[in-house]
Amino acid sequence: MKTIIVLAYLLSSVLFILGLKNLSSPKTARRGNLFAMIAMLIAIIATLIKNEIVDFTFIITGLIIGSTIGVIIARKVSMTAMPQMVALFNGLGGGASAFVALAEYYRLTGGLKPHIIISMIISFFVGAVTLTGSLVAFGKLQGIIKSAPIVFKAQRFLNILIFTLFLIAGVLLITNPANNAYLLAILAIAMILGILLVIPIGGADMPVVISLLNSCSGLAAAATGFVLSNNILIICGALVGASGMILTRIMCKAMNRSVSNIIFGAVGTISKDIKKDDKQKVIAYTEEDASMMLENAQTVIIIPGYGLAVAQAQFALQELVKTLINNGINVRYAIHPVAGRMPGHMNVLLAEANVSYDLLFDLGDINNDFQNTDVALVVGANDVVNPSARADKDSPLFGMPILNADQAKSVIICKRSLSPGFSGVDNELFYNKKTMMIFGDAKDSINELIKLLKT
Amino acid sequence: MIDLLLIALYIFVLAVFVGFETITKVPPLLHTPLMSGTNAISGITLVGALISAGAGHSTLSTLLGTLAVIIATINVVGGFLVTDRMLEMFKKKKKES
Repeated sequence: MKTIIVLAYLLSSVLFILGLKNLSSPKTARRGNLFAMIAMLIAIIATLIKNEIVDFTFIITGLIIGSTIGVIIARKVSMTAMPQMVALFNGLGGGASAFVALAEYYRLTGGLKPHIIISMIISFFVGAVTLTGSLVAFGKLQGIIKSAPIVFKAQRFLNILIFTLFLIAGVLLITNPANNAYLLAILAIAMILGILLVIPIGGADMPVVISLLNSCSGLAAAATGFVLSNNILIICGALVGASGMILTRIMCKAMNRSVSNIIFGAVGTISKDIKKDDKQKVIAYTEEDASMMLENAQTVIIIPGYGLAVAQAQFALQELVKTLINNGINVRYAIHPVAGRMPGHMNVLLAEANVSYDLLFDLGDINNDFQNTDVALVVGANDVVNPSARADKDSPLFGMPILNADQAKSVIICKRSLSPGFSGVDNELFYNKKTMMIFGDAKDSINELIKLLKT
Repeated sequence: MIDLLLIALYIFVLAVFVGFETITKVPPLLHTPLMSGTNAISGITLVGALISAGAGHSTLSTLLGTLAVIIATINVVGGFLVTDRMLEMFKKKKKES
């Protein structure tokens, strides 16, 4: 029996890896997800036939409650709300890993080997940090907690102090495994640290935080795998940990920041006063001006930002694109890696609006085409087209790779107001002579454009 | 016992490399589904939770285990379903008139 279970776990691991491999193309991605589902099912069934399990009442109750809630959330969640849902799920995964390690601690009390207790401490710590950190991230994204960074004096000192306390409690627990006061202290410390680490992080840096927490939820599972000597947990945990790390790195690169800079930097607190006295004038144009510009264009690149999703304008935008294409205009979308609030978020929002994925281009693939483009249409994006990231060494955005909208022959920007983006930095592109600013709700402006173009 | 730990460590490190290799190939287009999908995979901790909840060790262990089963199941079921929902939307354009 034991052999069968181990082999089933092996099969399941192979399917998980094949599943991830299939995610490398939109054509096979759905099949990949299916592989992963089957892998999970095999792992669960193999576990249920273990003769360690004597009582199924709690298992079945738990599975039913969990599945019901899971199905409801997955059906109801809107694509705009995907980041907070992933944040919440990261937290649940991390929390579950910590709970399992905790249950194992109470089962084994007394007979704990040092390497098991060390794995447990890692699992408690990473799991609990992931749990509370993710809940704070969820709160910020959902708007329950204000998304601006919350900073106070001596924050870093406090974090270091708390981390030192954790190390002390950890050592005490290793030398004294039977004393569960130390264990509870570790859990409490980790939960407080999770909150403290995420509250100073602003809205713009959320993609990094979610990626990082994603990685942590995997590492917590792997640590629990060490506690239970269960290879499937170790393998899956390692895969997820690696995935989260890669995404974190990509996001950091896209913002030209380091992880430590994001966690300790708190950008966006001081709304940088741009030289108010020599503030240039902006001329507000109307939809008619823009529609004329678009009618005469041959190539158009659209740069969507999170403002598009907030205005729920992605459907209207797709309608506009269709109209333009029917008029014989070459239209493409340029997607910045941090467009939206999590890695790849904008692609999902556009896919929901039926935008074909071969119209979507990454920064690297399209950035050199702007100079040959007649119109760059910016909808609800700001920081990702801010030229100061290229030139202004004093700008907090300096060094961040941006979309070269300013190199297009003309630029149309649909925006609610002149207010700065997440970074809190003013955008000089708004004041450029070739820029047409259209103020108002993105959805209304786009619908107006469609009407004008169709007549 | 230490042998077991070493083998586990081997598996962990090699799996991290497999993860790096496979996931580097995922295009930015699919990063959100990747994240929600791997998110569901991290719910594998459910396997451990099932044993804690069902092995009948002590009330406390069973209680913690059951709690873990509930939240890990939300993670797994919700994660996979929402990933599927997203991936269904990614399609190539059919010729439109």
